[in-house]
Amino acid sequence: MTTWFVPRDAAARSVGADDVAQALTSQGHRVVRTGSRGMLWLEPLVECAPEPGGARVGWANVTPEDVVEGRLQEGAANYLGVVAQVDYLAKQDRWVFERVGVIDPVDPEDYLANGGLAGLRAALEKSPESVIDEIVESGLRGRGGAGFPAGIKWRTVAQTPPCPHTGEPANAPAHKYICINADEGDSGTFADRMLIEGDPFCLLEGMTIAAHAVGADKGIVYLRSEYPDAIEVLQEAIVTARDRGWLGSSVLGTELSFDVEVYVGAGSYVCGEETAMLESIEGRRGMVRVKPPLPAIEGLFGTPTVINNVMTMASVPSIMARGAASYARLGTEKSQGTQVFQIAGNTARGGIVETAFGITARELIEDFGGGTRSGRPVRAVQIGGPLGAYLPADRLDVAMGYETLAEAGGMIGHGGVVVFDESVDMAEQARFAMEFCAEESCGKCTPCRIGSTRGVEVIDRIRSGEDPEDNTVLLRDLCEVMTDGSLCAMGGLTPMPVLSALDNFPEDFAPHTRGREG
Amino acid sequence: MTLTREYSAWSPDEAEEIIAPIARTPGPILRCLQAIQERFGYVPADAVALVAQRCNATRADVHGVLTYYADLRTQPPAAIPVRLCAAEACQAVGGRELQREWEQACEADQRLAELTGGNEPVFCLGNCALGPAALVGDRLLGHASVERIEAAVGRLREQQGLQEGDRS
Repeated sequence: MTTWFVPRDAAARSVGADDVAQALTSQGHRVVRTGSRGMLWLEPLVECAPEPGGARVGWANVTPEDVVEGRLQEGAANYLGVVAQVDYLAKQDRWVFERVGVIDPVDPEDYLANGGLAGLRAALEKSPESVIDEIVESGLRGRGGAGFPAGIKWRTVAQTPPCPHTGEPANAPAHKYICINADEGDSGTFADRMLIEGDPFCLLEGMTIAAHAVGADKGIVYLRSEYPDAIEVLQEAIVTARDRGWLGSSVLGTELSFDVEVYVGAGSYVCGEETAMLESIEGRRGMVRVKPPLPAIEGLFGTPTVINNVMTMASVPSIMARGAASYARLGTEKSQGTQVFQIAGNTARGGIVETAFGITARELIEDFGGGTRSGRPVRAVQIGGPLGAYLPADRLDVAMGYETLAEAGGMIGHGGVVVFDESVDMAEQARFAMEFCAEESCGKCTPCRIGSTRGVEVIDRIRSGEDPEDNTVLLRDLCEVMTDGSLCAMGGLTPMPVLSALDNFPEDFAPHTRGREG
Repeated sequence: MTLTREYSAWSPDEAEEIIAPIARTPGPILRCLQAIQERFGYVPADAVALVAQRCNATRADVHGVLTYYADLRTQPPAAIPVRLCAAEACQAVGGRELQREWEQACEADQRLAELTGGNEPVFCLGNCALGPAALVGDRLLGHASVERIEAAVGRLREQQGLQEGDRS
């Protein structure tokens, strides 16, 4: 009997994957629900292996009718051939997303059969110090956006002794935590969600390696509530991992004791900022903390805490398995390894592109993304989430890396690339950036809390032609205050989309214009 | 497939039972409120004092958390809540226009508005390559349009066995 593979990824389900799976099942087929390959414009993408264990071939945009009417044949209009050889996938270099879309995400045997636990086994044979040395050598930097070297952060936590929770007596149990920031709130990003839905054991394996390296006993994944499918998959994977002895009091029979819990967010964007996330895990309002103390020294409940993004931590198992040197050889001098880019918005071929740093924005948007979905010319691209810069279409030859994007006046953020066609009104986008900040500010810093509302008003005045020159000066002044006077990236980086829109698309701020259509 | 949940009627005893184990863990306030909402669909005013007492916190602490997070509701939700993504990637593919069209559809059909609660915007559902995205009940929709949202509402309604005019 042929086995069929249908994604259970939320994006695939959002365009009908469940109906297709059900149609296959009711025809008597065996169906395995996998993650998504990340070629999202082809979803629901259904695969089968004509030879047991052989290469999988696929069909794009499958409907239940395709199944019922027996149209899933070689040579059908939507037939893709061997899925791994589709150009979009073949051109990638997948380390983090190696297994996503291939395996059943909650089947531990499938995980093991596809290289799972090789990284953890390699790490457990090494001393904690040499694991940290290897992560330093790999050049792995924080994929949440800040780009801090992961190994250096781990070393700080490793060198800080564990301690009891704040307010507990000195002889209470001492802890260190591994906290995963899965509060992926940036518009245009979905890599964390897809990794957790498609290969949750990979994240757990990375966390366990980190626990061994720094001497942590507890792990927490702070996962946003907007991702119900990911929550379900991760919880199931944790239960399985405990049953298998991959988590618990004796990980893989060693002395390492480590367990993981899921904490669900509650709809606050700023909780993706690491100290606001700690506050939220501690059950309070998600308000940003002053640093220092660094979370690595005094983090969750006052204990030394590693905080890494999902992508950072999910990079760790393959680095340990395949070697830090081969990872460090990828990318550019200061941005080593691979980045999981996400092409989103008005794109013809949106999805996941994991490739070495150094690829240009244009290659991502044109070669992979195939231009806009609407077929109209690209006008602007927002890189790095709602706090990232809007780049015009003629400045897309920038190499994707932490420093190169910063030099171009932007930031790489979490690797999201949102494409806009020529119908976009950039003054409206600038206004939205301020509006979003007003909505999501935690309220701790005045420039962010109040400046954002004033920003919306000033942009409205400019657009309505009220003293546009003076108000533009005022807007720039306000942006400077927000940049310099806010504790975290929320207030500090909101000026980036605003000013990049103003600088690169000044014509949109003139009264009564709406994009290039006028 | 997950359906829009059935919630229990508010009961302080049941709420106490749910939060007791959470209250013993560190940093319990937010998780207590989330657990109450999970069971009852919202956090009634009476729950604030209860959580405060169990967590050894002030009512102000609990109120502060309850009013900070967008997810936490102090009123019961609509039968099949509809939330449209209001963030950039969906704006790039007509998200703003969809918001307007959906609001018009709800204005024209009061029953639809009551059933779905109109539109509570959400910033990013993680479906940014297949936008505009919408959440209908617990069901994520890609390439959302008023027609697709209405169809999804109808389907969930059928599965819930809701009859016309059953819920106000």
